[in-house]
Amino acid sequence: MSASAIEFVDVVKRYGSVTAVDTISFSIQRGELVTFLGPSGCGKTTSLRLIAGLELPSAGTVRIAGQDVSTRAAADRNVGMVFQSYALFPHMSVIENVAYGPTIRGGDKKLAIERGHEILTMLGLEGLSTRLPSELSGGQQQRVAVARAIVQQPDVLLFDEPLSNVDAKLRRRVREEIRDLQRRFNLTAVYVTHDQEEALAVSDRIIVMSNGKIAQIGTPSALYDRPSSRFVADFIGDANLIEGHVDNGRFRAEGLTLPLDMPGPDRPATISIRPERVILEKSGAGGKITHASYLGSRREYRIETVFGALLVSAPITDVAFQAGDEVGVSLPVGGYTLLVNESELPSARVSAQ
Amino acid sequence: MSRIIAGLNRLGGLWLLLGLAAVLIAPWYKLTPPDTGAGSSILGSALTEISAQRYWLLPPVLAMLAFAGLRVKSGQRWQAHVAVPWIAGAAALLFLMQAFGIGLNGPILGAIGQAFPAAALGQPGLGPGGFVFAVAITGILADALAARGFCRGERFAANAVVFVVALLTLFVLFPILRLGSTALFTPEGVFQPGVFITRLIAPDLWGLGCLYGQPRCGVVINTLILGILSGVLSTLLGLALALLVARTNFRFKGALRAISILPIITPPFVVGVAIIVLFGRTGVVTGWLEFLFDMPRTRWVYGLPGILLAQVLAFAPITFLVLLGTIEAINPTLEEASKTLGAKPLDTFRTVTWPLLRPGIAAAFLLAFIESLADFGNPIVLGGGYDVLSIRIFFAVVGARYDLGNAAVLSIILLSLTLGAFWLQTRWLGRKSYVTITGKSDAGLSAPLPGPLKAAAYAAVMPWVIFTLGVYAIVLIGGIVNDVGRWDLTPTLRHLATAFSFEIGENGLQFYGSAWDSLQTTLLVSAIAAPLTTAIGILTAWLISRQDFAGKGSFEFGTMLSFAIPGTVVGVAYVAAFNVPPVDITGTMTILVICFMFRNMPVGMRAGLAALSQIDRSMEEASQTMGANGFLTLRTVVLPLIRPAIFTSMVYAFVTAMTAVSAVIFLVSARHNMATAYIMGRVENGEYALAIAYSAVLMVIMIACIALIQLFIGKRQLGRRTDLQTLR
Repeated sequence: MSASAIEFVDVVKRYGSVTAVDTISFSIQRGELVTFLGPSGCGKTTSLRLIAGLELPSAGTVRIAGQDVSTRAAADRNVGMVFQSYALFPHMSVIENVAYGPTIRGGDKKLAIERGHEILTMLGLEGLSTRLPSELSGGQQQRVAVARAIVQQPDVLLFDEPLSNVDAKLRRRVREEIRDLQRRFNLTAVYVTHDQEEALAVSDRIIVMSNGKIAQIGTPSALYDRPSSRFVADFIGDANLIEGHVDNGRFRAEGLTLPLDMPGPDRPATISIRPERVILEKSGAGGKITHASYLGSRREYRIETVFGALLVSAPITDVAFQAGDEVGVSLPVGGYTLLVNESELPSARVSAQ
Repeated sequence: MSRIIAGLNRLGGLWLLLGLAAVLIAPWYKLTPPDTGAGSSILGSALTEISAQRYWLLPPVLAMLAFAGLRVKSGQRWQAHVAVPWIAGAAALLFLMQAFGIGLNGPILGAIGQAFPAAALGQPGLGPGGFVFAVAITGILADALAARGFCRGERFAANAVVFVVALLTLFVLFPILRLGSTALFTPEGVFQPGVFITRLIAPDLWGLGCLYGQPRCGVVINTLILGILSGVLSTLLGLALALLVARTNFRFKGALRAISILPIITPPFVVGVAIIVLFGRTGVVTGWLEFLFDMPRTRWVYGLPGILLAQVLAFAPITFLVLLGTIEAINPTLEEASKTLGAKPLDTFRTVTWPLLRPGIAAAFLLAFIESLADFGNPIVLGGGYDVLSIRIFFAVVGARYDLGNAAVLSIILLSLTLGAFWLQTRWLGRKSYVTITGKSDAGLSAPLPGPLKAAAYAAVMPWVIFTLGVYAIVLIGGIVNDVGRWDLTPTLRHLATAFSFEIGENGLQFYGSAWDSLQTTLLVSAIAAPLTTAIGILTAWLISRQDFAGKGSFEFGTMLSFAIPGTVVGVAYVAAFNVPPVDITGTMTILVICFMFRNMPVGMRAGLAALSQIDRSMEEASQTMGANGFLTLRTVVLPLIRPAIFTSMVYAFVTAMTAVSAVIFLVSARHNMATAYIMGRVENGEYALAIAYSAVLMVIMIACIALIQLFIGKRQLGRRTDLQTLR
């Protein structure tokens, strides 16, 4: 068997007539942090619960550490999970919560409590061990939940939208803490979120899901720079989608011809270009500014061109355009990418917002 | 605990060990079976019975041996083997076929007799071996299903589902079906489906004579008239009470709430007896009326008026609670809006409050209607010539006109009526009757009750209060005075002495009183039934709210069903089902406990469901991911958090077992008599003072026990989690 920490082979999960997870396969390596990303109802939480054993697959195989666990209950797997609501037991103190797992598995209670104190100390919670969860702040509760999940050295640590109950201001710090922790203990971690920025920030790899299927798997930069479908391009960051066709190794749209790395056969096609990759020039023509906004850290423009409307994000410089200005527009090589799976996941919405 | 489980698992699991013991060692039958001539067996286990040519016992033995073999071959997770569910299913099926196919007097079908000559002698009911085997094969089946992913692979949950389903089938569904089939047999035991129709359309059931001035109506019509009148009056009284409590500055609200609990801990009959003592031909009030106003003494209280009086007294607190909930759920801003639009108080009540109350009123009416149909205690004491279904059923089973088939038909009619009302209540009103509470605070004050309505409410409530006080005064003093019926109030302990005399002599403590036996049985049965009832109720609630499994819908329906079946019907059904092999348990204490368990479990279930809906489900999931199986999760996480629900269920189960009469009256025996049955005997003999004394003692015991349970389970209630959001 390979060294995969987690492996899904053609996993399906149905609830009655609804298919929540539709034949997905992937594998996660040891020590990796992988994120399930997608809109609500895409099957990402179900996939996480399938790893935890809180759901069992309707078909297909789930392996953890090389072992087939497809019919094994949560209690018989070695996983740690941090819940969205933290799910701390309100009738137990912090240390009782943390020592719960080792105790319930039949271990020595003294040892379990010792181990619990160790973990609490590592997470900077040593002074809180006798408190009840209701006496802790939100951030402390979350750290206790993490401590409780890792105390048994699980094969895999699962996070179900761990930041959704954290103040917007604190999110950046908490997600850095999670990432540090995962690296420090060399944990295999799976993380669920619907927030693309969060996913880009914490992950080694991201699994983008849509309608129960995997839309694309890749590193954050690969997904951002080379989305394979309209859905991924749209869901992660903002994207300008330009319709045209591949013709003789080049992408052509009205008033636009771009060279391609891997053009493939001639066909109708779409390219995606990120707003910050579009270059605007004072001199020249081709675009007309329809809307300009100042956002503090950058400027945003909407531009009318012959090949469609574009959203452009420009760094703050001395150059500022006004609505109505004529500008030159250029799309640099390497800044755009051809959507290869476009036909598979048609999107109702068209091009730049 | 978890170490014991782990140890058992290493040996192949509790169920396999039990199963092997059941087929190899334990006596299979309850009694020694008839001698087949092949030599009598020593232990009478399934194995040795086979050697006595009872070859139909082979499947259980073979199945258990096969499982033992699989355990040796496949190791600890042997239940995951493909063959296990098939072997277990086949063994269970063959086990059931032989158990029901070969009765006490031989096989039911001739073909069975040809296959097994020894079957002609018949077989007695199941004994320890047979029951333990049934438990073991059920458990193995559940384990095997769990190993294939049933209940998310959770063994405890799978076992719980399978066992609860099996128990409900055996103790709720099977008796009803058996009763239904009994309706097709003549009193002589001949199968004759036509007899069902004859019984169903009998004129003494449906006669409408009383509406045309003839002396009496059919028993079904009587029952319906009583039910409707009782429902209407109880609802009106409950409404008056609820309006007074919720919408006026009535000063004795607390006392009113306290009084409303009394009927729950009042043994049946006692209200009826008190009414007789007050209003009977020789009653206290009757005497005063004759003395003061020269009113002739009559027997008016026996019959419809008396029953109605007792029922309204008993059911008004129930309708009160339902309607109070409805009134308090009405958003006061609606009434304020009406006022700002210029409506006068009475108009506001008529156009806003009343329409919003209507679903609650319908629900309260149906509840009282169902209770009235099921009521047995009041009609039997006060009925006189007024026959209702529950009484007719009783006399068809225990009276001189013994006819189980007729009792079955009457039961089916009664059951149809209650189920119909129950169905109306859940389907038609289910959604309307609960005003959703949004969690937003409702600003504004609810409108005070308009003057005329307030006066009407007082006018309805005051006689009820006086009447209740009178009844309970009789209960309070009746047992300790010479003869309360003749208003001879000389204090005496003679009634208590008759029932509860004891002596501490050279032979130690000796009980002479006539009531000790029944009191002892009652306490024992109630004490055993309360925790069991609670356990199965809470477990069922947990399954319904937390587990997803095939057939969950019908599972829920089954649990609801046991709530709607009148006690009298349950009693008759149990007699029909459990008087004969294979499950031959009438006359034992077990059947009393079982009867209470399945009659009262819905209350525990509802309390559990309400409590569980307040608890974030991910806490249990967290426990599971940390390695706790379903049982440990339940014990360490769920139960501590739903303690109040457990308390409610325990108290209710205990108190109901102490005061129940309608079902147990069929199930008591000379050896295991219950207090209520004993009291009923005293009432029939006219020993009212003794009956009242005993009832008062029961009430004191119940209050003491409630206090004790409260102390034991603890009142610690956890505040709702404030910082954590609830699930999704």
